[in-house]
Amino acid sequence: MTENPRFWLTEDVLDAQIVAARVDDPACGAVVTFIGNVRQTNEGRDVHYLEYEAFPGMAEAKMAEIAREIEERWGLSQVAIVHRIGRCAIGEASIIIAVASPHRKEAFEACHYAIDRVKQIVPIWKREVWRDGAVWIGMHA
Amino acid sequence: MRLTVRLFAAFRERAGAGSIEIELPEGATVADLLAQIAASSPALAPMLKSARPVLNQEFALPGEVLKASDEVALLPPVSGGSVISPLLDLLNRHNEDIL
Repeated sequence: MTENPRFWLTEDVLDAQIVAARVDDPACGAVVTFIGNVRQTNEGRDVHYLEYEAFPGMAEAKMAEIAREIEERWGLSQVAIVHRIGRCAIGEASIIIAVASPHRKEAFEACHYAIDRVKQIVPIWKREVWRDGAVWIGMHA
Repeated sequence: MRLTVRLFAAFRERAGAGSIEIELPEGATVADLLAQIAASSPALAPMLKSARPVLNQEFALPGEVLKASDEVALLPPVSGGSVISPLLDLLNRHNEDIL
């Protein structure tokens, strides 16, 4: 692993500036960042906190695969994705994606594509914990 | 051959362990593996229909032949945040996308 990976998992609080810095490129006039936060309510239930579990190795590899798909589709090579694992409090970010592009349109499109694909192919699961129970609800949300 | 199958999230909790050991004959496929898990791990059996088998960190097809050196994992269902009931539909759609 390089010192500043562009696809990674962490138990630490996420920082959008750090993720955006990983796609820094003087050729790019646009950087779009997506921040997914832990919502207070889901399906009408009050969430106490969330726990994320990943398949380490495969998760980062699938993030890199999404970046390759973006490169093929939009010709953009500057993509960074980080996902929290472990316990995540209400209001904290669970995922941050940054995409840089010479012009804004492609960066918006590619960033939207990236978050949709993360939900499809990146092996990360979320356990929603309420005051009175908990349930695993899938790879990502 | 004896394979260690890694489990995550709901599967790990159901099985009460992060992995299970499965004995299979040489030449066995991913489909054979799932059948063997269903037989030997009743706790997981009801959830296998929606499981996504993974070989060496890639989603695997049922017909793929296993090797003793393969890193095998069984991933629980995918969901976009909705709970249990729409899960199978969602998953089947995802599988079609991927497989």
